[in-house]
Order: sequence, then structure tokens, then C-alpha cells
Amino acid sequence: MVRLITHNLLACHAKGCTSNNFPLRFSNVKLALREADFNPDFIRGFLPRIEWDALVQASREIGDTSLPPERPEMLDDDFLKQLHHVLLEIHVDEGSMTCPNCEHVYPISSGIPNMLLAEHEIR
Amino acid sequence: MIPTPDLSHLSKGDYEYVYEPAEDTFVLLDALEEEADSIRSLVPRICLEIGSGTGIVSSFLGHIIGVSNALFLCTDINPHAATCSARTGSQNKAPLEPLIASLVSPLASRLAHAVDILVFNPPYRAGIAGSWAGGADGMQVVAALLEQVDGLLSPRGRFYLVAVKQNNIPKLREFMLKPFCYRGRTKIVLQRRAGREYLFVLRFVRRVVNV
Ligand SMILES: [Zn+2]
Repeated sequence: MVRLITHNLLACHAKGCTSNNFPLRFSNVKLALREADFNPDFIRGFLPRIEWDALVQASREIGDTSLPPERPEMLDDDFLKQLHHVLLEIHVDEGSMTCPNCEHVYPISSGIPNMLLAEHEIR
Repeated sequence: MIPTPDLSHLSKGDYEYVYEPAEDTFVLLDALEEEADSIRSLVPRICLEIGSGTGIVSSFLGHIIGVSNALFLCTDINPHAATCSARTGSQNKAPLEPLIASLVSPLASRLAHAVDILVFNPPYRAGIAGSWAGGADGMQVVAALLEQVDGLLSPRGRFYLVAVKQNNIPKLREFMLKPFCYRGRTKIVLQRRAGREYLFVLRFVRRVVNV
């Protein structure tokens, strides 16, 4: 399942591609919404691991504009619920992710990203 | 008691492409169950399984920790395995995040010192010969991952590794002792004879927390 929480942890790892290789850009996405149990403690605990700008950019690429450009200081329940939805309930079932630096394309098929590289692209 | 994940959705055809759980898988499940309280006490947020195969181990881990309490990432270089992992996750109501990837490569930079529970049951059967230094595939994979473990584990992180006797357990532990933070913090959680094999589950803790 490619959800934005996972996308936020993926960087291009092609040979020689070490800067500006994150976040990968989404294109041609097919989305599905699937409910997930809301666990505010998890969202709060995970937040320090999230690159906020990358999350906002990715969510806009796939058509969700609910997140503010700046991460709010106050983590109230409404905000945590919104974040829960964006991170965990939007699934990218099909599409691709492109490296902003080397333009390598990582395809997503049936919700699973293929992050493999060809032999000559491996670092 | 945590039930063994249901794999009834997988068929003989799937096992032509994906490793069918065997004694080594079950010894790992038993070791994780033995560790359940101590794993929960860490309040893990990021779990990562390398070579998830059917997905049985990550699904089990999901139910130990609580499926909404953490993110369960799993990688496998085999696309069939990634698909099976996803199916096993949904079959067992333990959402998994399978990626087709070799070891941890696309995650390594973002998961630097972020993984709370790292699990690896290496593909020894896919070409294991026996010596640590030798060129057996299984062992090369282990060596490549061990190099990266310290960079991945969070300050409270721990790593569970399945080993067989031929791996030379003292050598494995010695290797993990090189980074100072593991000194005195490696142990054998479980060992069991399975046919002609002797299986071990090793645990490496980056920092002692309520053990
Ligand atoms: Zn790149």
C-alpha cells in the first residue's frame, strides 16, 4: 500500500543520486480511500519522523489540499484527525513516483511500489 | 497467546514463488511472542521486516504491538512476495506496507536511526553453504545488512535475526559488538533443533530499555 506515510520515507537510491532525491513526485495516480482506525497517540508519536514540506507537496500532487503549509504548533484532535486521514487513509493504488533529481521512475502497481533498480543503476 | 496468522488465502501456486513458512519462520514467531511484553514496552512506531515473504511475521508483529500503534514496513526483492505480504496483512487485519526493494535501500536515508523493531530471517535456504566468510548467498545478504543495522536502529531500537548454526554465532555477535552501543546487549532469545538444522533467534539491542 502506498500511503503518504510510506511515501514520506522513500528516497531515490539510484547510483550517484544523493541530493535533491526526495520527495519523489507522484504522477498518473489512481487513488482509493480506505478507512483506518484513528489512533491519536500513533499520529503524535510519528509526527517527528515526518518531513512536513514533503508531505504537503505530495498530498497536493494527489489532490488533497487540506494540510496547512506550516505544521501547526497546536496538535488538537481536529488536526490529528485530518493528518490521520492524509497519512493513512488515502491509498495510491496505481501510478508512479519520479525522482526530482535524476528522474528515475518508480512504478506503483496494485498498491505496491517497485523500488528496484537495474544493475547499472545500483549504488 | 497471539494466534499464528491465517495463511489460508495462499495456495500451492503462491508457494512456487514465495518461501513457505517452515521451522525457521515458526522459531522466529515463538521468539517474538516470548519478547512480546518487552517489545510493547518500547512503544515502537516504526517496524521494518526485510525479506517478508508471505508476510506472516509482520502480521504477527502487528498483533503483538497493536496494528494501529505502529507502521509495519516490509521489503522483499521478489514482487510475488510483496503481493503475498499485502494479502496476508489484509487477511489478518494487520495493514502492512510492502515494498519491492533490495534490503532497505530506498528507505535507508529517511529511516536513519528511526527503526524501532528490525526483523530479518535471511534466505539461507536459497543457497546457503555454511561459512561466514564464504560466498554463500544467504551469508552475503546478512553481511550486507549487518553493516547497515546500526545506522537504521533508533536509540531504543532492536534487531531480531534468525541464524543457523553454520553462520558461526560467535562471529555474528562479535561483528555486532563493533559499534560500541551493542556491548553486552546481544543475546540468543531462542534456539531450537529442527531436523538436521540448529536454529537461533538473536536479539541486538541498541540501548537497554526495561529489559
Ligand atoms: Zn534519483
